[in-house]
Amino acid sequence: MAPLIEAVDVSKRFAGGLGRESTLALAGLSLAIHAEKPSIIAVVGESGSGKTTLAHLLLGLAEPTGGEVRYRGSDLRKLKRDERLAFRRDVQAVFQDPYGVYNPFYRVDHVLATPVRRFRLAASRAQARELIGETLRAVGLRPEEILGRFPHQLSGGQRQRVMVARALLLKPKLIVADEPVSMVDASLRATILSSLRKLTDEHGISILYITHDLATAYQVSDTILVLYRAHVAEAGAVERVVTAPQHPYTQLLISAIPRAHVARDWLVQKDEAGRAPPAVIAAQGCCFADRCPLVTPVCLGASPALYRTEPRRAVACVQFRHHPALPAGDLGKVLAT
Amino acid sequence: MSERVLRVEGLRVGFDHPQGLVQAVDDVSFALSPGERFGLAGESGSGKSTLALSILRMIKAPGRIQAGEVWFAGTRLADLDEEGMRALRLSDIALVPQGSMNSLNPVLRIQQQITDALADHGLRLTRGEEQQRIATLLAAVGLPNSVARMYPHELSGGMKQRACIAIATCLRPKVIIADEPTSALDVVVQRQVMATLALLQRDLAAAVILVGHDMGLMAQFVDRLGVMYAGRLVEVAPIAEIVTRPRHPYTRALIASLPSLERRGALAGIPGLAPVLRDLPGGCAFHPRCTLATDRCRTEKPKLRNIDGAQVACHLA
Amino acid sequence: MRGAFRYLGRNPSLTVGIALLAALGLFVIIGNLLVDTHDSRPLSVPTLRPPSRDFPFGTDRQGRDLLAVMVAGTPLTLRIGFIAGFFGVGLGTVLAFIAAYYRGLVDTMIRGIADIGLTVPGLLVLIIIAVSIKGTLTVSQMALVVASLAWLYPTRTIRAQVLSLRERGYVEVARLSGMSGPGIIFLELMPNLLPYLAATLVSAVSSAILASIALEVLGLGPIDAPTLGMTLYWVNFNAAMINGWWWWWIAPTVIILTVFLGLFFLTVGLDEIANPRLRRSA
Repeated sequence: MAPLIEAVDVSKRFAGGLGRESTLALAGLSLAIHAEKPSIIAVVGESGSGKTTLAHLLLGLAEPTGGEVRYRGSDLRKLKRDERLAFRRDVQAVFQDPYGVYNPFYRVDHVLATPVRRFRLAASRAQARELIGETLRAVGLRPEEILGRFPHQLSGGQRQRVMVARALLLKPKLIVADEPVSMVDASLRATILSSLRKLTDEHGISILYITHDLATAYQVSDTILVLYRAHVAEAGAVERVVTAPQHPYTQLLISAIPRAHVARDWLVQKDEAGRAPPAVIAAQGCCFADRCPLVTPVCLGASPALYRTEPRRAVACVQFRHHPALPAGDLGKVLAT
Repeated sequence: MSERVLRVEGLRVGFDHPQGLVQAVDDVSFALSPGERFGLAGESGSGKSTLALSILRMIKAPGRIQAGEVWFAGTRLADLDEEGMRALRLSDIALVPQGSMNSLNPVLRIQQQITDALADHGLRLTRGEEQQRIATLLAAVGLPNSVARMYPHELSGGMKQRACIAIATCLRPKVIIADEPTSALDVVVQRQVMATLALLQRDLAAAVILVGHDMGLMAQFVDRLGVMYAGRLVEVAPIAEIVTRPRHPYTRALIASLPSLERRGALAGIPGLAPVLRDLPGGCAFHPRCTLATDRCRTEKPKLRNIDGAQVACHLA
Repeated sequence: MRGAFRYLGRNPSLTVGIALLAALGLFVIIGNLLVDTHDSRPLSVPTLRPPSRDFPFGTDRQGRDLLAVMVAGTPLTLRIGFIAGFFGVGLGTVLAFIAAYYRGLVDTMIRGIADIGLTVPGLLVLIIIAVSIKGTLTVSQMALVVASLAWLYPTRTIRAQVLSLRERGYVEVARLSGMSGPGIIFLELMPNLLPYLAATLVSAVSSAILASIALEVLGLGPIDAPTLGMTLYWVNFNAAMINGWWWWWIAPTVIILTVFLGLFFLTVGLDEIANPRLRRSA
């Protein structure tokens, strides 16, 4: 059974302008998401890590410069019209900004009614109203408080939940959530993330949760992909990666999260990055070499492969070169639940 | 009580809206000791940013300061005219506003922006003194001297923010107000910027007011924390107290909503919606979302009172 | 409705603009009841009479009642402006959306033609066109002449607006919801541009009126029509200013001024609606 959506060695390079180098947004990444085993995969990284690029590529909103993205075995760029419609039904998205995603001219009903109309999800007006009401309730909203309002009359949290409802309407197999809660108040994040978790557990929808917030990724997802500067640094079961990180970057990330503890050990740790303007990194060599406390001459020579250190863990670090190297397309196996 | 460098008493700030007055800051009082790190935590609608701006009298119409006093090292700020306030801003109390790293002038080099700030305050320096000053400033925020001749777009987010801090502190103020200085930055860069701020603060012997919403960050950085909700201070206490024994239900819920990195399946939030300042419920503004609300909470607004070492505004504390 | 009136209070430009144009409208309506517009033709009334009770605006050298001329001519002048303005913005909008949404070769072509057209002095082109038309022009033909160039600037400016709107989050969401190109243009982008289009329209009408008056003053307009511009042509032709017939040139001048001021304030007022950042706070 072909995976629902598959990235086959995709890379994305943005062409440079006059006198500017081209930027590698994503180095060869392979990933497969199967519809039969719904789970939440977190993609964690800082800005510039390539996580948003990955989201756009998987959603078909951008084209890879290398490799291809396949929907049920067919290249996204070569889909026929009805296949494309099916793709849009199966793969939906929730974006970061709960303001810009609403057309200020219309009430919020518009953003829910449009997919119902375009995909003919209801036979009549009454049926459409029912479907929309039901979906809003599924994300913990009361239809009478939401419908008929303009976007600016709802709070950020409500707007974001309506977006989740919109994605849910089409009963997709995969929802790509790009920083869905970073612009929402901390106290409301849990509700939205819980409804995402419910979508997976109760409705069988896989979620690709893209974020820079490792803590929420730990709480809500099953597997995790840690990206650094367009490369995969570490991937695997979230419990292992977060409680026992192996890649120096993952370790750095985790230590950099300030905890609400009495012990004040956060400020004192050092990290050498940021002392100088971002330099152009040599094409070969590990992308983390300039900041790694464990760097060796080997690291500067070649970019490390992904080594499978545990059945459900892969790390791109030469420390682990005595473990078997993971063939490119097999990352999915490490992430399989 | 040691000499307080900043004192706010009964500050009330409102916004005139066609549909009624919006009380953004409601009767807020607190004091800052020299060299102290004070946190102001709150979410949207809490009024913390408005409070920061109104300390420096930077609220523009339709907002206005309705009541209250601000004292800086013995001077009543209400006594100062606009000229006096201008002199005070930056040289005595500095503000690093929200999103400042995106407000750097894109067509001026960093050194130009620093000298502009110095010149605005009537500081006339020779070329050599200027260069020296800039070099010292940049070193204080951990930036190499080469940054002086760079344009903002050549710097990374963390470097831009540190440049903003350098500009804000170029006149060695005694109070630094930083409004969400790291909200757009990644965790690793955030730590660098906060470490820079800590070093700088020690060097200047200045007090810092950190405005933000990340309780983890507050726990690791500040000495004392004030929690705001719907324009009022609901709890003020030393940070260790707040982390181990939060007294206000909102503070407790805020800390509980921090996702844990030790144990999974512990996602907790606060039910209900953020307060709409134009349309606050009667009594305690938090009562619709509070699991312990009583009838008294629904009708009577609680006042901030002292309870062994902390200040809490809750009928049930 | 009350909300609309309250908004007018906060937008003085819009109020003044509407007031001026409404005053003009009233003038034409009431004027039509008080005066026989046939007297706007030559040889209808005694010549060169200064303003009096019979002829409140006086009469001109060819025996036209100037009040009748103003009452008949104002709507004619405005009509030219509206036809040309609407046509210009209409065509400009279509071209702008196509260019901005689809980009690529289509965009390059449309943009290229508009840019070349904009560099050529417009009045010169209009003069050449007007001169080339055999026989006398009617008012409608005049409108079309002006309209032929009126679409250039709106195309460029509206294209710029669409280019920026195109990147908004809600366009991406619409695409994910299964909407196609034309659907997105009409249902998502167009409604947000309506205030801007309205402001552009008023501005285009204003330019069109100016262009038509310019042509008429040069004698290239519809000779027989009692338009405001033609009146000024006759003022020049008969050296009315030197001869001291002040009532002849005062009337059209005041009305032209009112038209332009009204349209200007209307544009500023609409601009404020279109650009929320310009709005005054309550």
